[in-house]
Amino acid sequence: MNNNTDQKTLDSMHAEHGKTVGQPFCQDAKFSTRNVDVFYADNQAIYDVSLDMGKNEVIALIGPSGCGKSTYLRCLNRMNDTIDICKVTGQLLLDGQDIYAKDQDPVLLRARVGMVFQKPNPFPKSIYDNVAYGPRIHGLTSNKAELDDLVEESLIKAGLLNEVKDRLDAPGTGLSGGQQQRLCIARTIAVQPEVILMDEPASALDPIATAIIEELISELRKNYTIVIVTHSMQQAARVSQRTAYFHLGKLIEVGETNQIFTNPVHDLTEKYITGRFG
Amino acid sequence: MIDKNTMTLKVEKSLKRRYLKEKIFKSMGFISVTVAFLFLLILILDITIKALPAFVQTQIVLQVDLNEQDLGITQQSSVDEIRQVDFRRVIRNALKKQFPQVKKRKQKKDLYSLVSVGAEYQLRDLVLANKAILGTTQKVTFIADDDVDALIKGAIDRNDEESGRRVKDFKLNLIETLEKNGQIEKNFNWQFFSSGDSREPELAGIKGAVLGSLYTLLVTLLMTFPVAVAAAIYLEEFAPKNRMVDFIEININNLAAVPSIVFGLLGLAVFINFFELPRSAPIVGGIVLSLMTLPTIIIASRSAIKAVPPSLREAALGLGASKMQTVFHHVFPAALPGILTGTIIGMAQALGETAPLLMIGMVAFIVDIPQSVTDPATVLPIQVYLWADSPERGFLEKTSAAILVLIAFLITMNAIAIYLRKKFEKKW
Amino acid sequence: MTISAILFLLVLLSAFSYFMGRQKIHAVYQQQRQNVDTNVRSKAKFTLPKYFGYVAALWSLVPALLVLLVIEVVDAPIIENQLTEYMVQSNINVEENFDLYLNEIHNMDADYLTDADPAKVKVFEKLNHLNKIASTAKSVIVLALAILMTVFGLKKITVGIPARQYFEKAIEIILLLAASIAVLTTVGIVLSVFFESIRFFGEIPVVDFMFGTQWSPQTAIRADQVGSSAAFGAVPLFVGTMLISFVALLVAVPLGLMSAIFLSEYASSGFRSFAKPVLEILAGIPTVVYGFFAALTVAPFIRELGQSIGLSVASESALAAGLVMGIMIIPFVSSLADDVISAVPQAMREGSLGLGATKSETIVKVLIPAALPGIVGGVLLAASRAIGETMIVVMAAGLAANLTVNPLNAVTTVTVQIVTLLTGDQEFDSAKTLAAFALGLMLFLTTLVLNIIALHVVRKYREQYD
Repeated sequence: MNNNTDQKTLDSMHAEHGKTVGQPFCQDAKFSTRNVDVFYADNQAIYDVSLDMGKNEVIALIGPSGCGKSTYLRCLNRMNDTIDICKVTGQLLLDGQDIYAKDQDPVLLRARVGMVFQKPNPFPKSIYDNVAYGPRIHGLTSNKAELDDLVEESLIKAGLLNEVKDRLDAPGTGLSGGQQQRLCIARTIAVQPEVILMDEPASALDPIATAIIEELISELRKNYTIVIVTHSMQQAARVSQRTAYFHLGKLIEVGETNQIFTNPVHDLTEKYITGRFG
Repeated sequence: MIDKNTMTLKVEKSLKRRYLKEKIFKSMGFISVTVAFLFLLILILDITIKALPAFVQTQIVLQVDLNEQDLGITQQSSVDEIRQVDFRRVIRNALKKQFPQVKKRKQKKDLYSLVSVGAEYQLRDLVLANKAILGTTQKVTFIADDDVDALIKGAIDRNDEESGRRVKDFKLNLIETLEKNGQIEKNFNWQFFSSGDSREPELAGIKGAVLGSLYTLLVTLLMTFPVAVAAAIYLEEFAPKNRMVDFIEININNLAAVPSIVFGLLGLAVFINFFELPRSAPIVGGIVLSLMTLPTIIIASRSAIKAVPPSLREAALGLGASKMQTVFHHVFPAALPGILTGTIIGMAQALGETAPLLMIGMVAFIVDIPQSVTDPATVLPIQVYLWADSPERGFLEKTSAAILVLIAFLITMNAIAIYLRKKFEKKW
Repeated sequence: MTISAILFLLVLLSAFSYFMGRQKIHAVYQQQRQNVDTNVRSKAKFTLPKYFGYVAALWSLVPALLVLLVIEVVDAPIIENQLTEYMVQSNINVEENFDLYLNEIHNMDADYLTDADPAKVKVFEKLNHLNKIASTAKSVIVLALAILMTVFGLKKITVGIPARQYFEKAIEIILLLAASIAVLTTVGIVLSVFFESIRFFGEIPVVDFMFGTQWSPQTAIRADQVGSSAAFGAVPLFVGTMLISFVALLVAVPLGLMSAIFLSEYASSGFRSFAKPVLEILAGIPTVVYGFFAALTVAPFIRELGQSIGLSVASESALAAGLVMGIMIIPFVSSLADDVISAVPQAMREGSLGLGATKSETIVKVLIPAALPGIVGGVLLAASRAIGETMIVVMAAGLAANLTVNPLNAVTTVTVQIVTLLTGDQEFDSAKTLAAFALGLMLFLTTLVLNIIALHVVRKYREQYD
């Protein structure tokens, strides 16, 4: 039997029955989610999503506005906990452990799973203090020298050190948009997470800054698992290895980035990438 | 088994301490709120407990001989003639008749001081109201003196040592005799609501202060409402954006934060000394208070006017109404509920004001009930202040009761304001 | 003729103008309609006749009213002037204070002249004479002017004038004047406080006042003891005010801040909707009630508490007054703190939580530093309120001008002294009463500066996040 034909048959069967097409799962996943539903009071926002995110890969979540990609992303670090009316059900496993289990601590989770937001949100503190904030509260370093090193290292990894190394005391809010976002990335890295979630990190930036961020993401992949939500298909194509297409709260199709953009299987996926909607 | 990296281990180590801090922080917040609540509760309970005795008045029932010859008047006598009669002697006779064994002068003083000094006027008013009782012997209920009142209410403990007691044994015996005979009554203290101020605690009432407050608030309302609304309308609808208008706005915002006593100084220097308005009169108090509440009502009215949606204005203008017509025929009525709410709240604040009125002289001891806005008067919060200063024990409960009356008024006004706000809250 | 009579006549006149003016235009319109061809619809835009009436009424009312106002203000000084001249002419000498003398003259009753000093009787009669002239002149001038303007106004009312615009402009000016009353009030306050203070500093040097440490304002009444025993060093008052305000802030700021944080970040919405109004109630209780509670319950309680652990506490301690004042101020701090903390953008909270911070860490390390300018502004406003508070300290703090920073002692404050100095029986311009105005000046300036700084700081802070 031909694997391709098997896959094709499987795919059309799935498409017909409303199941996710393609390869949502992977071996030895870093993050493994099954049957995730998200409700805002009585409105359902995410329908039965099952998806794996592999170690040291960049996986892009794409789809038209309001399709639930950010909502799904925020489940991965339990940021949805801050919204009273939001309810999350299903199984979400980080390294095999259910992150929503009663004995799991969201504080610890968020140290392991960092987040970079759409609009850069540096604290009104100095650049140094912004980066040092996470390590300080978690007690990651035992003396000033260690902290200095950690801050420097994080700024290097975020590609920002050269531009700010002689003004670490300057306020973080005084940087340009692109620099602020890199500062936010540095601050996230300083906590030494294993996964970095990025919610449209470059959408508020100009093209040059965007390019820098995208290059950074490719670099970061070596050490982190990255889940990036983006509404720019070109960006997804540039930075990710796998792509997942969301549509109205459902996960429609998942596959190798190349394949999704050149040869999508599902009808809806094709319509989206050819610009029929979104 | 996952190999936890060092970061995770470090974080886990810190968690216990951090969650403890979280708990402490949260409870600090809860405790703060609770402290504020508790204070309020204790305040209200304390004052209410102190006030309750004030609503009951001890009275003494005596058999009074209204012998016409003895008094020198008849049923045909005129009002003036009746007023000339020494009713005090009549009452003393009644007391002497009941306790004929009292001979010594000091003991007689104790006997006569069982009833209030106002008792003679009670008897006089009784006769004036019904001359037919002349020539008869009547059972008359008199207000007891404040010492008797305090004893009956337990404020003066009859079980104390005589040396530490304000009412000595002899007087105590007289009182207990009256008690045994059923001549001591405790009735609702209408006096409190129907008389003006007095030096005697048992005769003191809040009517003068309440009317004074009423007149003062009336003047305040009449002066501040039109001016505040006019100013708010100007600033919101007509004022150009220039330095002069900015300056006016800055002034209004600053005035809202000036200490109230400074307004009192203004009132004293300008209205009493320069314009020579009558001291202690509600009219001056009203002017001073109206200047004080002006910023509050202006700010509230501006919010109400701002809340009227532009679509309403545009509809009127579109029909050819002038700016002035739009404002007065459409915007103002629409903003009126909000303006009224703000006004009532401003008036409630003015009702509780004391310091500026002290400055303009409303702190004098005024017995007469004011009849107009130019008669000298006092206001309820100042009455509280004056009584709080008085040493007589009887005033303690009266002060607390007056506070309850004041708070009752405030609650009513605020409740009306909130009701108005809810009722007319239009969802634009 | 009394003022009310004059005003009544003016109102009548303006009502008359209104009706006449309106009628005049109404008649003209009727005329126009008859002259026009009935088939031709006139395209002219008509101004309602009532606006012409309004303008006519304004013509007859406003100038006369203004003149009346001017005369009212000006006549008293002029009469006094004339009276003084007369007294000089008739060689009537006055040994005592002139104001007192005038007062006596004013109080003289026409029925009891026989016993009085003949010189005073002459002055009294002259005064009556002058008053009569003034009154007649006033009535004549004002009413004549009103009648003149009425005729003039009615003549000017023709169809061509833009009556409604005139009228509306007049209304706009009235509205502007209403708004300016706020300015007038401030000017009034500044002038009155300032002028009396200047007179005070004429008698007592500024340096003595500002830096002197002895406050005993009891001047003797007899002329030969003028100023000898009075001391007007206000430093104990300033220190006392600061001490009590400090205690109050020590209570209000932590409690207010933590209450605000708890209610906005931790409390359930049910609890919050119950708790916030209760806090507002604290602000609505009249200060005299707080004063009563402080003096009769809190102060004795603290005294006993102190004595039971061996401390000597005054019966009117600064601690008692400051404590109660602090509770009263809590709503000021908490509501402003609530506002400024809510103004911090949600993105800041999420950034911190996303890094794994706990809620309290987010609040303490991110939100409060971000909201700090606003919180400082709130504290300054609360301080200004504490400094200007009167009744609580009058009733619960003392009159003793102690120079101390020990809150267990009795101290007095600026506001208490203002009240004490002005609620006795003394003539208006002795140094004692003028001192009250000097204190008032200090109070006004201090609270003004605090308020300006606070409002400025809060505004700048808000701009940052809008």
